[in-house]
Amino acid sequence: MASKKFLYINRKAPHGSIYAQESLEVVLIGAAFEQNVTLAFIDDGVYQLLQNQDTSGIGTKNFAPTFRALGDYDVSQIYVERESLELRGLSKDDLIPLTYEDEDDDWAEKDSIHVVSSLELADIIEQQDVILNF
Amino acid sequence: MKFAILVNEGPYTHQASDSAYHFTEAALRAGHAVVRVFFYHDGVNNGTRLSVPPQDDRNISERWSALAEQYDVELILCVAAAQRRGLLDEDEAKRAGKDGNNMAPGFQISGLGQLIDAGIQADRLIVFGD
Repeated sequence: MASKKFLYINRKAPHGSIYAQESLEVVLIGAAFEQNVTLAFIDDGVYQLLQNQDTSGIGTKNFAPTFRALGDYDVSQIYVERESLELRGLSKDDLIPLTYEDEDDDWAEKDSIHVVSSLELADIIEQQDVILNF
Repeated sequence: MKFAILVNEGPYTHQASDSAYHFTEAALRAGHAVVRVFFYHDGVNNGTRLSVPPQDDRNISERWSALAEQYDVELILCVAAAQRRGLLDEDEAKRAGKDGNNMAPGFQISGLGQLIDAGIQADRLIVFGD
């Protein structure tokens, strides 16, 4: 069966509700199905990728380090909406550096995160077969 | 058209589950196929048979069960989400050493792979969330 293009849109903050954590669980399980996988982070969802998250004060699981495993799962297309970052006073430097090894380029380590405008993101959404909103 | 349905919210608090039900019922009645209804996040709470809503209100889990019986549509609760929230079938309750189970008729527990598979099989995956 030909693979489909799956897009996971993450719109919510990492803590305060479980959507972000359970979305990441779907992505990791879904990676085993060898589909084309893309992640997008918009609105408060951009906070999910913030560096140095510490949940010790609220007693919930800090799942942010799990994002680093995405490269090993061949999830290397990660788009963060520029407008959402800017509205929150953030830039790419504030985000966890996520990389993957490109098998088509002698396993060179490359950046997985791309900061794109909402218009560019609209194009990316347009190209998908299956869109999961969390 | 082949649809797959994802329900991300529980019953009564959000309209998402009602909307998902109405959509699924209408699609089936119109002769479309629904390959699977997958319940995730608090959506797994739609699968309890122990809810007792007031008599003048709709019974959301019974309504899903009736739909499953009439159209033979698969209602799947994510196992990890269900275990977190205390939704257990007989096997899961036994395995976890719990004193009871609460799965409504027509619902089954399975893994997240069933959600991905539904997305692959269906022409359209429709997500109902908040």
